[in-house]
Amino acid sequence: MFAAGETVRVKDAWPEASGPVHIRTPWYVRGQVGEVVRRLGSFPNPEDLAFARPAERRPLYHVRFRKGAIWPEAKPDDELLIEIYEHWLERP
Amino acid sequence: MNILEADSARLLAAVRTLLEQKGIVSTAEVRERMAVTDAASPGQGGRMVARAWVDPAYRALMLEDGTKAAEALGIMMRGMPPLGVLENTPEVHNLVVCTLCSCYPRAVLGYPPFWYKSASFRARAVRDPRELLASEWKTIIPDDVKLRVVDSTADYRWMVLPERPSGTKGWDEDRLARIVREGDMIGVTVPTV
Repeated sequence: MFAAGETVRVKDAWPEASGPVHIRTPWYVRGQVGEVVRRLGSFPNPEDLAFARPAERRPLYHVRFRKGAIWPEAKPDDELLIEIYEHWLERP
Repeated sequence: MNILEADSARLLAAVRTLLEQKGIVSTAEVRERMAVTDAASPGQGGRMVARAWVDPAYRALMLEDGTKAAEALGIMMRGMPPLGVLENTPEVHNLVVCTLCSCYPRAVLGYPPFWYKSASFRARAVRDPRELLASEWKTIIPDDVKLRVVDSTADYRWMVLPERPSGTKGWDEDRLARIVREGDMIGVTVPTV
């Protein structure tokens, strides 16, 4: 579980490389550090749901990223707010 | 039979009959869903925005729980993903995109505009949103306003609650609702009079 305000890193994982997947974590934030804004609830894991497998409910968070950290030319204070499942987050 | 060559009306009738016979979806449920889909349009979201502009308690509810706020205006939300509402303020402007596909708050905004699904909009919205808004919509986000790009990646759907434009003092809810456009609730434009 992560608390609001906690610093998190999105796992730098690429399951796409090893077979068919359905992943809701955009490529451009893999490995990036952000901040948990709040927990949005728990939802059946879409990675299983998409393949009609039993899907465990997983916590979903709204995570904020500084745009300047991802794209250096961006206006530094601008931000990205993205829904990310708990199993994609780690403590940096 | 090759499904690509099937008569689509007959195929649909066959699938619906099977769904009914197997007790998965009833005709009444299909009819209800068709009615909901037909009723969904940016006008629904516009009603919510206008109510929020005149009623602080509704505004608070809308920011807390978009689904409940939609239902409070009689918008059918059953079976829909939860709705989140992003508040534009003098300090923050929100822009919604779905870079992975085309997630969109259909219950309150209807079908997404064609450009919303384009690879170009999706890429530019996260990479260079200020340039995108300025060049395609002539929407200039001032330098002292933070631009927050909300990438709708998972189980929520997001709409923007824009700021009430000046020059609308004393307007009633219906009149306010008529100036709220689809783009204002995605964040590519702002309401004007």
